[in-house]
Amino acid sequence: MKNISSQHTPTLSRRKFIKTTGGFAFLIGATGILPQIISCKSAKEIDPGILKQLTAWVHLSSNGQVTIYNPAAEMGQGSMTSLPVIFSEEMDADWDKVKVEFSPQEKEVYGSPGWDGKTKIMMTVGSRTTRSYFTLMRQAGAQARYVLLHSVSQHWQVPISELTTEPGVVVHAASDRKVNYGDIVSFLQTPESIPEIPEEQLKNPQNFRLIGKEMPRWDIPSKTDGSAQFAMDIRLPDMLYATIERGNLHGAKPTLKNEAAIRAMEGVIGVVTLDYGIGVIANTLERALAVKKQLDIEWGGAQTSGFNSQEAFSNYEKVLNGTEKGRELTNTGDFKKARQAAAKTYTASFRNDYVYHAQMEPLNAIVQLAADGKSAEVWVGSQSGPNDKEAVAEALGLEPSQVKVHLQYLGGGFGRRSAPDAAGEAAMLAKTVAPRPVKLIWTREDDLQYGMYRPMSLQRLTACTDGAGNVTGFSHLVAGDGANLLTSGIGIDYYDIPNQYAEVRVVPHGVRIKHWRAVGHGPNKFAIESFIDEIATGEGGDPVEFRRKLMKNSPRALATLDKAAEMAKWGTPLPEGRARGVAFIERSGTLTTGICEISLDPNTGKIKVHHFWSASDAGIIVQPDNVRAQIEGGIVMGIGSVLSEQITIVDGKVQQSNFHDYHIARMEDTPETIETALIDSQETPQGVGESGTPLVACAIANAFAALTGKRLRHLPFTGERVLEVLG
Amino acid sequence: MPDLTLQINGQNKKVNVAEGTSLLWVLREHLGLTGAKYSCGVGQCGSCTVHVNGNPVKSCTVAAEGVADGQAITTIEGLSKDGTHPLQEAWINAQVPQCGYCQSGQIMQAAALLDKNPSPSRDEIIQHMNGNLCRCGTYLRILKAIQMVAGNKSLTTVNGK
Ligand code: FES
Ligand code: FES
Repeated sequence: MKNISSQHTPTLSRRKFIKTTGGFAFLIGATGILPQIISCKSAKEIDPGILKQLTAWVHLSSNGQVTIYNPAAEMGQGSMTSLPVIFSEEMDADWDKVKVEFSPQEKEVYGSPGWDGKTKIMMTVGSRTTRSYFTLMRQAGAQARYVLLHSVSQHWQVPISELTTEPGVVVHAASDRKVNYGDIVSFLQTPESIPEIPEEQLKNPQNFRLIGKEMPRWDIPSKTDGSAQFAMDIRLPDMLYATIERGNLHGAKPTLKNEAAIRAMEGVIGVVTLDYGIGVIANTLERALAVKKQLDIEWGGAQTSGFNSQEAFSNYEKVLNGTEKGRELTNTGDFKKARQAAAKTYTASFRNDYVYHAQMEPLNAIVQLAADGKSAEVWVGSQSGPNDKEAVAEALGLEPSQVKVHLQYLGGGFGRRSAPDAAGEAAMLAKTVAPRPVKLIWTREDDLQYGMYRPMSLQRLTACTDGAGNVTGFSHLVAGDGANLLTSGIGIDYYDIPNQYAEVRVVPHGVRIKHWRAVGHGPNKFAIESFIDEIATGEGGDPVEFRRKLMKNSPRALATLDKAAEMAKWGTPLPEGRARGVAFIERSGTLTTGICEISLDPNTGKIKVHHFWSASDAGIIVQPDNVRAQIEGGIVMGIGSVLSEQITIVDGKVQQSNFHDYHIARMEDTPETIETALIDSQETPQGVGESGTPLVACAIANAFAALTGKRLRHLPFTGERVLEVLG
Repeated sequence: MPDLTLQINGQNKKVNVAEGTSLLWVLREHLGLTGAKYSCGVGQCGSCTVHVNGNPVKSCTVAAEGVADGQAITTIEGLSKDGTHPLQEAWINAQVPQCGYCQSGQIMQAAALLDKNPSPSRDEIIQHMNGNLCRCGTYLRILKAIQMVAGNKSLTTVNGK
């Protein structure tokens, strides 16, 4: 690795570092020398060496072990490996000696720039982990390396510019000396200030030895022997168990009719009335669950009373037909004019039902309020530790700084776990029995029926063409609940269409709704890409050729289309009863084309996906195999959501309750093959965790149209709906 | 209720729990064997799969007293001494787990299959594994890992850590 020049600019003072830089907070003692041990690690872990905190991000032990903090949640997407890999690359750490831990949930120190580019956030959402931390982790790693070089330069009295590194070793070629990182611990000296390492002094990507290589995931061995720890697995001394009975009507107020009898039951420690549920605290989990079933609750009304989800669509129709405008999302050129001048106009509507996250680990959290009431701890699997910290603090009347979050692995997140509801509830219950810790478990039924769903919507698309096969205008209107949840993925600037218009009209129902893997992209891309196919057919064009023309000004998008078409042998004949469908999406900066091959059982209406091909441009790929795994998994999750997942609501009540009536994809639903190609790129890494899922609806719908000539316009494509469409 | 004696991973464990308490709660909350997971509680997902006398059992659906007194219970913690069961190695090799929550159950379900049928066909694997849900969608890699072991291909562990 190249030398670091000794004149870095600008240099920031230590104090400023803590306040201002995203990549770095340097925790040093008053003298400027690190205290011997700044860590709460047990003596066992420190053994046999002395452990020193190099920077806020990394501890170094005299035996050479490097412990790197991961600031993101690990919910299956691989952050426990990808971010430490990026850090190690610049620190020039020996990966075999790296250990990874979750960072403290302190967003000022460990956050990455949020959407405004200024405020720091710690939120593992929107496929932003690698994107938002790439440069930050590189700089933090380079700064850790700088501390090591500085120490050696002082110790050997040689200029820092003469020092280089090999993995885990500082080298002074001029005097033919080398020192292992671990051995530096005994003379570690931290500089008064640590320079920002400008990007041009970071490694040349050509010299990456970890980034982009096939690195096994750090967390996987512990996920094969049962040792990986989830919040659900936490057991603490004196711990109590709690459950909450929530109304099936979201937001309904409870009145407990048999409180005295419940309190008198064996094992019951407490009963807590919340605004929307009754909590039971008991000495064992089985008691808490048994008592929950004995609660006699009278439920009040709520905004959702009388709401029937399948009837909402006609209301959405009215809203879209009405004159009251909603929020404009896109308005380029002049769609109205384009429409007046059109040779041909197309219009179509698409619908989608609610879907549920169904992460395999139901929500849960453990909270302990200290006996003096002045501090609390929470153990939770969260997509945003700081959110949970705030929720617990609020429930307990504490400052966030008085709450310590112990982040655990997440048994799936998919957007559900950036809401801190379980931790907040556990705190309200724990408050009543302090200092005993309380483990609150949502049953699967609670998790499903009091879930937060991807909202329903109705989409109306209109497009016009000029008679020569060019799309001249494209308009997209959406009606549904939950403003921002409906709008992601509505932009199509990669298509060369001069006049574009998009608008959202919000119709609130009071049903709890939330981001769900890829958010609005699922429904929006379903509508857009189905519609593009319809226009292609109407103009007599092949769906791939037609998109090729539309993408002529977006070479990176086009490259994914070409690659996927090549992989799927687009255009070659298929056996009788099979058809292919194509879709292109952009999600979190990643460009992906997906193609599927399906067949159909005409008796049951069941669609079978046999093969799926995808090609993505996601910029620099940190962990190629993990990216492929994310896309594969996203496609499988997509298949479940598109073919069978459906939450329906009748008179405000959720009709499904567990996996017997909420059908996620099983092994038999998985395609025989999923092939994923990653396009070589030196551009900034983009988000991939969500890019597979929204491909599926449109690819299947387009394949179905190729097979049958009919259009599927309502998600999910259950057997019943398919038979109805076939007539 | 009198103490129950459960034989788990070759050791006798005494527990005192209310009648009807599921084996899953006993394992997880009373004995601290948290590898088997709770996800649905009604036999619909397989996250809680363990072996009883060599058969895969959804531990959320059986009462602890029903498997007491000498029936051999094996959990993921007891599948191998040090995580080196061929399936565990294949799981690492194929980089199967994502969030990991379902994977103890998947591995236990697969191990029971290979004990009875060392070289199952693809269809037999799918049929046997179909009740084990994975929301992260790792099914193709699960299949691959099982086939690696079933095909008796020599396994080079890419165990990074
Ligand atoms: S938790 Fe036992 S089958 Fe789902
Ligand atoms: S790995 Fe996440 S549910 Fe299977």
